[in-house]
Amino acid sequence: MPSLGATFGRGAATTAQWDIANADCVVIMGSNMAENHPIAFRFVMQAKEKGATIIHADPRFTRTSALCDIYAPVRAGSDIAFLGGLINYIINSERWLNDAFFREYVVNYTNIATIIEDNFQDASELDGLFSGWQAEKLSYNVDSWQYRGMDIPATLAEAYVHPSTEDPDKAIEKQQELTRRLPPSDRTLQDPKCVYQILKRHYAAYTPEMVERVSGCPKKTFLKVAETLLNNAGRERTGAWCYAVGWTHHTTGVQMIRAAAIIQCLLGNIGRPGGGILALRGHCSIQGSTDVPTLYNMLPGYLPQPSAMKPHKNFDRYVEVETPPTGWWHNFPKYIISLLRAWYGNAASAENEWRYPWIPKIVADHSQEPMMLAIADGLIRGLLLIGQNPVIGGHNSKLVRKGLANLEWMVVRETFENETASFWYKSPEAKDTNGAGPRAQDIKTEIFLLPAALPGEKEGSFTNTQRLLQWHDKVVEPPGDCRSDLWFMFHLGKRLKQLYANSQDPKDEPIKNLTWDYPTQGAQEVPSADAVLKEINGYTWPERKQIEDFKELKDDGSTACGVWIYTGVYPRADFNHARSRKPDLPDGPGTHLDWGFAWPSNRRIMYNRASADAEGKPWSERKRYMWWDGEKQQWTGKDNPDFSSNKAPDYQPDFSQGPKNGVDAHDGKAPFMMSADGKAWIFVPSGLKDAPLPTHYEPVESPVRNPMYGQQENPPVKKWARADNPYHRVGDPQYPYVITTYRLTEHHSGAIPTRFVPSLAELQPEGFAEIPPELAAEKSIANLDWIVISTARGEIESRALITERLRPFEIAGRRIYQIGMPWHFGWQGYATGDVVNVLSSIVGDPNTTIHEGKAFTCNLRKGRLQRPQQGVART
Amino acid sequence: MTARKKDSATDGFFSGLRNWAIPKQLAGQDPKSTAAQSELSRQLRPRLEEADRVGTSICPYCAVGCAQLIYAKGNDVIHIEGDPRSPINQGTLCPKGAATVSWMLNPNRLTKVKYRAPYSDHWEERPLDWAMDRIAHLIKRTRDETFVRALPDGTTVNHTLALAELGGATLDNEENYLIKKLCGGGLGMVWIENQARV
Repeated sequence: MPSLGATFGRGAATTAQWDIANADCVVIMGSNMAENHPIAFRFVMQAKEKGATIIHADPRFTRTSALCDIYAPVRAGSDIAFLGGLINYIINSERWLNDAFFREYVVNYTNIATIIEDNFQDASELDGLFSGWQAEKLSYNVDSWQYRGMDIPATLAEAYVHPSTEDPDKAIEKQQELTRRLPPSDRTLQDPKCVYQILKRHYAAYTPEMVERVSGCPKKTFLKVAETLLNNAGRERTGAWCYAVGWTHHTTGVQMIRAAAIIQCLLGNIGRPGGGILALRGHCSIQGSTDVPTLYNMLPGYLPQPSAMKPHKNFDRYVEVETPPTGWWHNFPKYIISLLRAWYGNAASAENEWRYPWIPKIVADHSQEPMMLAIADGLIRGLLLIGQNPVIGGHNSKLVRKGLANLEWMVVRETFENETASFWYKSPEAKDTNGAGPRAQDIKTEIFLLPAALPGEKEGSFTNTQRLLQWHDKVVEPPGDCRSDLWFMFHLGKRLKQLYANSQDPKDEPIKNLTWDYPTQGAQEVPSADAVLKEINGYTWPERKQIEDFKELKDDGSTACGVWIYTGVYPRADFNHARSRKPDLPDGPGTHLDWGFAWPSNRRIMYNRASADAEGKPWSERKRYMWWDGEKQQWTGKDNPDFSSNKAPDYQPDFSQGPKNGVDAHDGKAPFMMSADGKAWIFVPSGLKDAPLPTHYEPVESPVRNPMYGQQENPPVKKWARADNPYHRVGDPQYPYVITTYRLTEHHSGAIPTRFVPSLAELQPEGFAEIPPELAAEKSIANLDWIVISTARGEIESRALITERLRPFEIAGRRIYQIGMPWHFGWQGYATGDVVNVLSSIVGDPNTTIHEGKAFTCNLRKGRLQRPQQGVART
Repeated sequence: MTARKKDSATDGFFSGLRNWAIPKQLAGQDPKSTAAQSELSRQLRPRLEEADRVGTSICPYCAVGCAQLIYAKGNDVIHIEGDPRSPINQGTLCPKGAATVSWMLNPNRLTKVKYRAPYSDHWEERPLDWAMDRIAHLIKRTRDETFVRALPDGTTVNHTLALAELGGATLDNEENYLIKKLCGGGLGMVWIENQARV
């Protein structure tokens, strides 16, 4: 979620799902919402019933398209060309230039007026590269992307000090400029180095004709989309955007979302009812697992994981470089010290750096893609796999399987035996008696398959796609030896503490001193999820009195807090706000503040200061949400203010009285308080590794040269070219077709929880490949024929589903075919099929290391694979 | 709805006719009155009548966060449905959410620990306690053999690169918190990832 984080300050959906019903226009792109988030899609339909126009842009005509007013076909991977076209259209339109609303919103609430360094050079000047490109390091030095005369710390955990600066002390000093004056700006937007003028130049080439050329979307359709967006923006009207993994699963995924974020800024749609960007995420607690990160590069609450590659050698230095002088993140020391107190209890003190050295330092990209390579290469020897099925969901599945056979041991916690747990005897390699293997007798991996408990059999909280924490009760005991993952981790921790109890080795101090005193219940000694949530919320130390708001957290060790952004979820010992189940009545206000708890501080629409004009008045009666109450001198409205509650709209920091820190350096018109300048970043000076402005690059595997720039692919894209992970070259005639992978309503991701469920397996019983009729005719393939789909990574077979849903595109005089495959299937369960991710490669977006499952290339032929020992019964 | 008793239906043709609602309604009785009742409908019982408790839950599939009500009798789940109070799903569920009960009560569900020894060609059933002890032992051994306190340049790292944890997006916040706390804060693991990225 770095794109939303880099633009707005927090990497999460800006709005609540039910608020989509208040939109006058909804754009769904990078998502098949009707099929993959059908219940959330109800709100889109409610908006439509109230007169909203619904737009779907996608390579595939889906049920979402069928229910929309406008369907815009775009080639897989060309989204930024389409979105850049919209930006270009908007900022040059009569409406946008003449309606005072847009000027007031963007000049006050975004960095559109901010002046960028004189030596900044745009991709339009450098054939697709920005200034600062270091070809030898395959990365950018972002010094020239900064605000003139300043250094702007990013809002992201990865990059408070922008990583390319050789001299962090110089960056820290330049950041101090933010405490002395507001960033330089030209509110008339005329300065050639202001963001607006850069934006104009950057997107000038993204004309409707270019959009059609690159994305294949007809000019007429594109113009209709652009007009619709503009007509539904302004004081009286708002529009919302919904996206999902159709955007994130690209090597340019972060920048696709960025492009939508820019459009929403330009149209004045952030922080307002019926506006915002809704990230439609895939798993029941996937937002929670980002906030409470089982991710390598963050500590809970988006705090930076200490890194050997950054100036983090000791606690003082870490805090010095990671604490920005302005913006909300200036409070960082309170959050990290409260976390260390929560983890190490009384063993932590100011004298021993709060035990900061005990937190392990990262030395590389430790995310899933390189993890699979490290497993294949034998660096990783033991793997705990908790509710994930990488043989299906991981990319280059054959490489993943080869790696699993290299592990010394593996623990799989699941409700069914999944493909990952059964690779050693059920994978095609293991079953192929004539193949190279490895087969079971060659595989050393010691495997533990532990049965997991489900919600209903355990209690705890999920954080859904709109940042909402909702508690689920334990209703029954789990069957047999099924246990919750809480039980597993707790009892594993207890055993390890016991094993290390008598160790005198300093390396074992962290595990010995880790606070682990959760109360348990019953004969199974089930640890109390309630007690864990209380620690997550935070309490005073040592009294353990719950705290109500993260503003109460201290940097002196007198508070302990596991996840600072969740503070308020358990504000009193007797009140679990996540369990709160009181919806608003039909007469409003419709923010449902007593249904669950939304971080931060139960705010439902983030950045909602922007729902009022510069003076603090609602933009219109129709879009009334939050406003400044001059009498009470506070912000009020339907939601909790995402702003300093008593900061007046006319507040101006008085820098003549000395430096201003934190949000004191922001004026009363700065709704995006996480960022250093309080503004939404149309132009991102730091935090992203690939571009300050979204730029069209082709997918790593593309049938065509980049029609817009000499630069073919995202310059700092993460690639691991090796014999077991080869890539196709651009326009490779051996792999002429574009393939995109997707999901079905009836199955869920790696699909272990659905392929074993009879009703769902009956509805979608096996894998298939959607191919357009023209391609089918060329290859003499009839509907339901077997076909073999191949890439340099491997080949699989599937039934052909001939359909007009995926249209071919004409690019540079060539017809490009696209095929589509749902990727849920494997050899386990009732619904089976070949593993589609055998085809894909390990490759990554430079910011997130997310793969490119939505756009790569392949070949296909009629027929079947020669696999006499197939494990899957076929007709 | 389920019918508890069927024997009255065997009383014979005339009693069946007497119980049939349509003749009564044709004879002039208000169709909204008890005339609409039959012997069968009188014996229909609500499916949830036997539930002795209900708990609130959240759908375990996608991230929309639909609220569910789980009805149980004794230690058996008997029904799961959408929670009508929820402002997100207002009682509705999609095909996956509606199948939650078939996931919970699935006969293929693992309920015992399965163990596969190195180079073995089969699973063995093992006691949970044994598996927990063995896993703790393996973690300790791998950690102890690979722990790095400092890099050659003197930078303290206090980590092991030989242990990895993958998964988390379907877990409770409390579970993820303990994973990060134990694996990261306790054991010094850095390979900690989940689907939230990929």
